[in-house]
Amino acid sequence: MHELSIAAHVVEIGGRHAAAHGGGRVVAVTLRIGRLACVHEEALRYGFELVRVDTPLATAELRIVSVPVRVWCPACRAERELPGIQRFACPDCGTPTGDIRAGRELDVDSIELVDTPAT
Amino acid sequence: MTPTDATRPQLPRILEVRTRILKQNDETARALRARFESLGLLVVNMVSSPGTGKTALLQETLARFMARGVPVAAVVGDLETDNDARRLATSGAPVQQIMTHGLCHLEADMVQARLAGWDLARLHYLFIENVGNLVCPTSWDLGESVRLALLSVTEGEDKPLKYPGLFNTADIAAFTKIDLASACDFDRDAARAHVEAVRPGMPILETSVKTGAGIDAWLDYLADRRRALGSASA
Repeated sequence: MHELSIAAHVVEIGGRHAAAHGGGRVVAVTLRIGRLACVHEEALRYGFELVRVDTPLATAELRIVSVPVRVWCPACRAERELPGIQRFACPDCGTPTGDIRAGRELDVDSIELVDTPAT
Repeated sequence: MTPTDATRPQLPRILEVRTRILKQNDETARALRARFESLGLLVVNMVSSPGTGKTALLQETLARFMARGVPVAAVVGDLETDNDARRLATSGAPVQQIMTHGLCHLEADMVQARLAGWDLARLHYLFIENVGNLVCPTSWDLGESVRLALLSVTEGEDKPLKYPGLFNTADIAAFTKIDLASACDFDRDAARAHVEAVRPGMPILETSVKTGAGIDAWLDYLADRRRALGSASA
């Protein structure tokens, strides 16, 4: 379950950025996770519950934005969104393409901070 | 009536963080890759389910290179035992074991730590056998130049569709235990089509350590990739 490692990094990154901006309590953390990142959302939420105890993220809401896969179609000369991740071909014209423009994201996008400490 | 500061509900401050969660690993891996490639060292990350035959292919690969006098080495990840490292050491090549104690994948700093005592400049190839797992190793760059995804004919031809994330990050695929293909009713055309669907254009090898099938093609592929390192830096 590599989601536990990922959750630990999320808590570390969130805590570090909170501290760099005057500390306080993190009330929400927003992640952007690509469909190709091989992250299971429920496992990540479970891991987050475990690792956030006694950190500035102890009461933070975990928001996960799922990013679909976008590829460049050389025939259409345009970016296209794939409906799934089992066929890397243009959904419009069918041309195979491995030129991935989005969908591998594994990012902390933002955190929301309040100054009052958790009670 | 306006609320006083004390009673006004506090609005959260939004901080744009925009940081890759695995940034630390990515940076370590990038530094490793730059070092490996500047030394003309081709590093291969081998990924598959447990039991696909990573160790068997690696054992054969090390033995063939050692027989030609080509300097090779291996780093092997496993959850608990060092059986694989002992098995691979019979080739005479230097082998280091990483015991992850339950961790389902290798990370770049584990590889870096294992390489501390090695003279990388004299090596031509370094193989990293990842922990047997088709999901978790996907997101961890180890600084490799080649990622090999293995699929044994006993696992069924639809594995690439079930695990597209991993196959999509690979540079080359190998169908292992190909000598068992007919016994398992392995449909190699379907398997090839599935790999092509999730990773268009990826080269595919069909290998058998038992019969020797595909091993020369594998070694040739590695030699080509190593030559390409030299020309890229020249």
